[in-house]
Amino acid sequence: MSADLVIILTAILVAVPCALLGSFLVLRQMAMMGDAISHAVLPGIVIAFFLSESLGPLASLLGATVFGLLTTVLVQALSDTRRVKEDSAIGIVFTALFALGVFLVSKFARDVHLDLQHVLYGEIAYAPLNPLLVGDFDLGPRSLWTLGIVTALVLVLVGLLYKELKLTTFDPGLAAALGFAPATVHYLLMGAVSFTTVGAFDSVGAILVVAFLIVPPATAYLLTERLSRMLLLAVAAGVGSAVGGYALAYSLNVTIAGAMAVVAGLLFLLALLCSPSHGLLAHLARQRRNGHDFARDLLLARLAGLGGHATPQALAAGLGWEGARLDRALQHARHGGWIDRPREGEVLLTEKGREAAHRATGRLRPAAVGRV
Amino acid sequence: MTTTEATLTERRSFRDTPAPPDAAPLDVRGVTAAYRDQPVLWDVSFTVPPGQLVGIVGPNGAGKTTLLKIVMGLMRPAAGQALIYGQPFAQARRWVGYVPQRGSVDWDFPTDALDVVQMGRYGRLGWFRRPGAEERRRALACLEQLGIAHLAGRQISQLSGGQQQRVFLARALAQDARLYLMDEPFAGVDFKTEQAILALLRELRAAGRTVIVVHHDLETVGDYFDRVVLLNGRLVAEGPVGEVFTRENVAAAYGGSVAFLSDEGMWGVVVADMDGAARSERAAANGG
Repeated sequence: MSADLVIILTAILVAVPCALLGSFLVLRQMAMMGDAISHAVLPGIVIAFFLSESLGPLASLLGATVFGLLTTVLVQALSDTRRVKEDSAIGIVFTALFALGVFLVSKFARDVHLDLQHVLYGEIAYAPLNPLLVGDFDLGPRSLWTLGIVTALVLVLVGLLYKELKLTTFDPGLAAALGFAPATVHYLLMGAVSFTTVGAFDSVGAILVVAFLIVPPATAYLLTERLSRMLLLAVAAGVGSAVGGYALAYSLNVTIAGAMAVVAGLLFLLALLCSPSHGLLAHLARQRRNGHDFARDLLLARLAGLGGHATPQALAAGLGWEGARLDRALQHARHGGWIDRPREGEVLLTEKGREAAHRATGRLRPAAVGRV
Repeated sequence: MTTTEATLTERRSFRDTPAPPDAAPLDVRGVTAAYRDQPVLWDVSFTVPPGQLVGIVGPNGAGKTTLLKIVMGLMRPAAGQALIYGQPFAQARRWVGYVPQRGSVDWDFPTDALDVVQMGRYGRLGWFRRPGAEERRRALACLEQLGIAHLAGRQISQLSGGQQQRVFLARALAQDARLYLMDEPFAGVDFKTEQAILALLRELRAAGRTVIVVHHDLETVGDYFDRVVLLNGRLVAEGPVGEVFTRENVAAAYGGSVAFLSDEGMWGVVVADMDGAARSERAAANGG
C-alpha cells in the first residue's frame, strides 16, 4: 500500500466515527464535552502503555475509555455539587486530567514513545511507518488496525442504537418514561467518544480531533432537516476534509492534520454562507424579499384605499415614504403586474393588484379585530 | 377502514397493551419530596379513579411538576410512593402516556412531525428494533386525529406553538396508553388548538382512558375537568370539581387574599407572589 493511501485511509477512519458521534454531541449541545474527553484520555493512554508495555491498540483504547467515562462522571458530580457551573466543571476536570497525562509523559518520556508535540498535533505522516507486528508478522499499518476497530465499533453502536440515540437526544424525559435509560445511552455515547478520540490521537492529536468531532456535524446541521441525512452529510464533510486536507498539505507542503482541520473549517464557512435553508446569504435574500413584498402590499392596500388610482405624490404622503422607497415599491409592483402606470403622474391598481390588496388587508384583519 | 382491518388493529393493540390490573390508575400515598433540604411536596395522598379528566392545579412552586416526576419514577420521593394500577412505574410504564412541557425539548432538532409522533411507538418496539410501516401508519392516523396530518413532513421548527403541542399530543396518542400524564398542554397555545386538545381529552375519557393534566389556568378548571387536585406543597383538596374547586380551597392553595370580583360565579384571587408582586387570576366556578 502506498504511503499516501495509508495516510488518506487513516484520516478517513478518523473522520467517519468522529462525524457520527459528533453529530449527537452537537445536537445534545455537548460539543465542549467532546473537547474535554479528547484531552482527558491522555493519562489513560499513558497508563495503559505502562501496563501493556506497548501501545497495543486494545490496551490504550480500554485505558482511554476508562478515563473518558471518568471525565463524564467527574464533570457531572462536580456540577451536581452546585458549587460550580457545568462549563467550569468541564474546564476544571479536563485540564486536571490532561495535565496529569502531560505530567506522566514528561516524567517518563524516556520510556514512552510519546512526546508532547505528538500528543497535541498527532503524527499522521508517520502512519505508514508504524506497522502492527504480531510475532514476526507485519500486519500492515497499525493506525489502520486501531482506527478500523474504532470505526467498526462506532458503526455497530450507531446502527444498533440509532433510535435510542435519537430519542434520548431529542426528548430525554420521554425516553426515561418509555424505559430507554437515557443515562445508560449517555455513558455509552461518552465511552464511544473516548475510544474514538484515542484511536484518532496518534493520527491527529488531542486538539485537531475536536475539529473532526464538531466541525463536520455542525456543517451538516446547516444543510438538512433530517437526522439520518445529517449523519450522512457529516460523514461526507469529514471525509471531504480528510481528502481535501491531504491534497492541500501535499501541494503546500504543510502539516497534514492541520490542513485537514483548515479544510473542515472552510467547508463549514461555505455551508454557513450558502446553505439554501439556514445559510446567511439565503437568510438575507429572504429578508430582503419579504421586505419588498411587504412594502408592495402596503402600497397596494393604500392605493385600494384611495379608490384604485392616485398620484405618486398622494401615495408618498399617505404612506409617509421618501421618494426612493416609493419608487422601489412602485417598480416592484409594476414589474409584477399589480399596478399600471398609464402616465407619469398616475398609478392605477390592476385586477391582480386589487386581489393582492384584499389578501394583504385580510391578513391584517384578525389581529386588528381580535383586541377591541 | 374495513371491519376486518379494524378487528386486526384491535387485536394487535390488545396484544401490544394488555389490560392493566384492576386497581386505581394512580394512587399517591404519603409522598414527600425535597430538593436537597428544600421540601416541595409534603405528605401528599390521593387516588385517581379510572375514566376521569383530572386537573392538578396550584401556584408556581406548588410541586405539580415534581409530583409528575415522582409518578414517572424520574425522581425518588423522600417518603411515600406513587403506584400506577397498583404497581411502581417501572412495571407499569406500558400503560402510561406522557406529554412533557413543550419547552422541554429543542424544536430545532433535525426531524419532522411524523418522526416525532413515531417516537410514541418506541416503547412498544423496545431496544434495537426500528420503526417500520406499521409505526408510520399509526403515527399518521394520530396526526390525522389532531387535524394536522398535512403537516406530517414539516420540519418541527417550522410549526407554530399550537401545532407543536398537537404533535406532542399525537405522540401521546400513539403510545396507546391507559393513563395519560400531561404537563401544561394548554400553556401558550391558540384558541383553536386549545379546543382541539380539549376535544381529544374528552375522546380519551369516552374511551375509558384516564387523563391527568397539570394545569395553570384557573378560569377553565371548572369546564375542563371532572376532578381536581389542589396543591400547594401540601394537598389542599382533592375530589370532584363541583365539590372541591371552591373559593376557600383555591384561596388556601394560592395563599393570597381573595377578592370577589363579581357575583355570577366569577371570582378572582389576588396572589402575592414570593417576590411580592401581586397578580390576579380570574376563575369561573360554580360558586362555593
